[in-house]
Amino acid sequence: MTTDTTAATATGTRGPVTASAPVGTPTKVTQGAGTKGGIGESTLRPDGTLKVTGEFAYSSDMWHEDMLWGQILRSPVAHARILSIDTGEALATPGVYAVLTYDDLPTAVKNYGLEIQDTPVLAHGRVRHHGEPVAIVAADHPETARRAAAKIKVEYRELPVVTDEASATAPGAPLLHEDRDDHHIGHVSHPNIVHRQPIVRGDVEAARRRADHIVEGEYTFGMQDQAFLGPESGLAVPAEDGGVDLYVATQWLHSDLRQIAPVLGLPEDKVRMTLSGVGGAFGGREDLSMQIHACLLALRTGKPVKIVYNRFESFFGHVHRHPAKLHYEHGATKDGKLTHMKCRIVLDGGAYASASPAVVGNAASLAVGPYVLEDVDIEAIALYSNNPPCGAMRGFGAVQACFAYEAQMDKLADAVGMDRVEFRQLNAMSQGTLMPTGQRVDSPAPVAELLRRVKAMPMPPEQQWLAAGEQADVRQLPGGLSNTTHGEGVVRGVGYAVGIKNVGFSEGFDDYSTARVRMEVVGGEPVATVHTAMAEVGQGGVTVHAQIARTELGVAQVTIQPADTQVGSAGSTSASRQTYVTGGAVKNACELVREQVLEIGRRRFGTYHPAWATAELLLEGGKVVTDGGEVLADLVDVLEDEAVEVEEEWRHRPTEAFDLRTGQGNGHVQYSFAAHRAVVEVDTELGLVKVVELACAQDVGKALNPLSVIGQIQGGTTQGLGIAVMEEIIVDPKTAKVRNPSFTDYLIPTILDTPTIPVDVLELADDHAPYGLRGIGEAPTLSSTPAVLAAIRNATGLDLNRTPVRPEHLTNQS
Amino acid sequence: MDFLRPASWEEALAAKAAHPTAVPIAGGTDVMVEINFDHRRPEYLLDLNRIGELGDWEVGEESVRLGASVPYTAIMDHLRGELPGLALASHTVASPQIRNRGGVGGNLGTASPAGDAHPALLAAGAEVEAESVRGSRLIPIDDFYTGVKRNALAPDELIRAVHIKKAAGPQQYSKVGTRNAMVIAVCAFGLALHPDTRTVRTGIGSAAPTPVRARAAEDFLNAALEEGGFWDNGKIITPSVAKQFAELCSGACNPIDDVRGTASYRRHAVGVMARRTLTWTWESYRGTDGTAQQKGRVA
Repeated sequence: MTTDTTAATATGTRGPVTASAPVGTPTKVTQGAGTKGGIGESTLRPDGTLKVTGEFAYSSDMWHEDMLWGQILRSPVAHARILSIDTGEALATPGVYAVLTYDDLPTAVKNYGLEIQDTPVLAHGRVRHHGEPVAIVAADHPETARRAAAKIKVEYRELPVVTDEASATAPGAPLLHEDRDDHHIGHVSHPNIVHRQPIVRGDVEAARRRADHIVEGEYTFGMQDQAFLGPESGLAVPAEDGGVDLYVATQWLHSDLRQIAPVLGLPEDKVRMTLSGVGGAFGGREDLSMQIHACLLALRTGKPVKIVYNRFESFFGHVHRHPAKLHYEHGATKDGKLTHMKCRIVLDGGAYASASPAVVGNAASLAVGPYVLEDVDIEAIALYSNNPPCGAMRGFGAVQACFAYEAQMDKLADAVGMDRVEFRQLNAMSQGTLMPTGQRVDSPAPVAELLRRVKAMPMPPEQQWLAAGEQADVRQLPGGLSNTTHGEGVVRGVGYAVGIKNVGFSEGFDDYSTARVRMEVVGGEPVATVHTAMAEVGQGGVTVHAQIARTELGVAQVTIQPADTQVGSAGSTSASRQTYVTGGAVKNACELVREQVLEIGRRRFGTYHPAWATAELLLEGGKVVTDGGEVLADLVDVLEDEAVEVEEEWRHRPTEAFDLRTGQGNGHVQYSFAAHRAVVEVDTELGLVKVVELACAQDVGKALNPLSVIGQIQGGTTQGLGIAVMEEIIVDPKTAKVRNPSFTDYLIPTILDTPTIPVDVLELADDHAPYGLRGIGEAPTLSSTPAVLAAIRNATGLDLNRTPVRPEHLTNQS
Repeated sequence: MDFLRPASWEEALAAKAAHPTAVPIAGGTDVMVEINFDHRRPEYLLDLNRIGELGDWEVGEESVRLGASVPYTAIMDHLRGELPGLALASHTVASPQIRNRGGVGGNLGTASPAGDAHPALLAAGAEVEAESVRGSRLIPIDDFYTGVKRNALAPDELIRAVHIKKAAGPQQYSKVGTRNAMVIAVCAFGLALHPDTRTVRTGIGSAAPTPVRARAAEDFLNAALEEGGFWDNGKIITPSVAKQFAELCSGACNPIDDVRGTASYRRHAVGVMARRTLTWTWESYRGTDGTAQQKGRVA
């Protein structure tokens, strides 16, 4: 390779060069090396300017002539029998076209779900959580629909609520789902437990006896919301063939389709889905929201139906991050080597399963963190409860575990009397380490190096609020413009954390993507067209796919087709997997197209030059060239009016299920690592926190688009900061009702809460992955939270075993 | 819902008299949120945006007459010298977009205990100019807040302006929120020194059913300052005086536990803010010729 594969970084520091040509050897041309706008460049997002200027059409902006508006009536209580539903007055409201309840569902399939089909499309005789859909209305105006929904009379008889492990497993506890027949029921100890995954390895009791220091901790992780800015929305248009066209903001079109079609009683090819503008996802669009409701209303009324949640409804309209209780015990020798770990992780999945089983698998298999630990006893479970359903969110089970094990690492380092970073480095995993699942880490795992890098970054100056002059610049202080301190009570703290996240779908899931790539001459120029069903939710796939096509096909013009179900599944935009898997599928399809194009070339021009038969041929700058750089033909001449098109599925290495008793198995595809150093200023008297800086170092394998990589790392870091100091859905433990379903009281970081985020990007190739890349979107969300908490503990001397931490926790006033 | 759009103040008063349930709307930063979420569906909305004079202010000898619709941004930009406490409070209101629309008249009309302007108005001393077809009256700010989201206005009255005493000494304002910007107050505190009358006044927000003054704390501090000749000798206020003042301010709270914070934290935080703002204002008073130089620099 002649190109320097080092990515630009935000701090100006540079990662190692992973490969370079020996000095003095003649240059050998490789595919894509000379292509402008190919991989490794920070090409700009095609939708960037539109989004910044407010012109981008989000799913909530769609409009159709003669369109109706759908509205959902939701349960005001968390757990109740439905004694009766009277829709008469609602139906009689002028402008109302339809009011549907459970009894109107057209087929025997009345539930849906990602893995376990336990979620009712509309409540049947019982509601299990606050905000559960009970009835749906279509009307000619959104206000009319809202008012009509309010006129539906539902008689509830409230039932006792299950809100935590104790109430879920108490004798005589109400069962969330009495007649479970899913494949987890056989290995759980109680029907209110969705799934249980133990992982046992080595001999914990023997290892425990070797420990000079044992540290225990009980940790609580709050319920975080994805808080994507574009609320759930979509438009269903009934078609003449009896089918329906659905335009919707989602994370995985084909997974939606698989759940929608049976409820409607339609074959999958009659439910044509197209991705519409997505305003963020973070896991919250993995489950269905308004999709089936809009289709049911459209098919019933014969008119297009649009549904848009407002922010209040959005808090009830998608799953959240699992709140968790985590109990950890670690031991270490006096030299600072970890001896053993025991932990129990209890995740609250709420009323329906959603992604709970997979979150359990992740929490268990990543519970040790990025450390060498041979003797472990791990148990993770997810509960069914009457709390809001929880499922996928950025970090997916690994986030909760990281918060706890990183707190443990600090406590252990202190107990041993070692520097906290050195302690971690001493115990850090590396390539070749065995995970507790018995899986060998077979690509770079630069955990110690990432820690070294964040520690080596320059510290932000002290007392920055005095930098501008004699008077305090309150923006640099805790409380900001609320003017609560001019420096009084303010103490600085520094904390470190590192985490490990799996990339891609695990545990034997057939995690493939499909790409269709076409090459043809348009307007005298060779043009590549890439068509996938990948949901662009902001991650930058649309940018990266075009870069891959340019690199692999040597063309300047690439058209990215809208994502829809007219092409095969691209899998979910989650698990940090899209650049790896759909990017891999695009690369693969491009390679197949390239072979076919060269075949056409050989057929047409093979006799003109011997290199057609003998040399390695590349596509560069719209031409066929040899690996020595000699031009053989223009693509325009090779293709003439022929088009080459390939649609292919592509798979990463297969994974295995975890053994249900021992947790052993090669369950994960790839691992992703990030480390953070947090610097905070805490007003110790008022308990207010200003995060001054969150430095991050992350190994990305290969930065296909360095600007996007840094954006992902900064975004993930900020989302981790949110759950550290402010973000939490507060559920009343007595009623299981949500107390703060609005942006007034569910706080997410503003720009004044967002610190400087210097990023140091490493590129250590994973040879199993396309271009050596590593999924990057989630890892920074893991270590950000415990780093901030560690820094606050460092500033205050408090124990702080829950997140988010609020002012009352820091001032002993809770 | 009917939308009334009077072209003049007189028309507005007539409309309010004809429809006493009409909800006045100017910036709409509070009313529209309530309407959008269907929390409230008034029979009539009374749009005051055509009445230009409500956006004007006059700086008089003793006080500033602030039109009900003067946006917070204008207070920050133009009245920082005359109304330093209110200018600091204005800075803590929501976001720049909201500050460009919202004004003190709306804060008073809603009379939420969490309204950001109230502690500054209580501390500075103010009168609310209320008017109806029956005539005009000035309601002292101390008598204005009558209950949770209730005020002393009669059903046919509208707020025309607020008369706020011009600062004769340093003023400060602090607000605790769990985010560093764009946040509703967990609790807030305003303090104004009035060297002309040798008194201090306070205002507490979000820590009682209504915005309140900490009168016992004011009385204590007034006496302590008078007794020690502090107004003349400009000595440092002793920590024990500051501490007792803070405790009395905490004691003036009657807070609740809610999703934004605990009652116990609110009492604690009001005490801390009272002590700090007393230090800042007093240091400013004694460190200068008595003019209201503010220590906190805000952008």
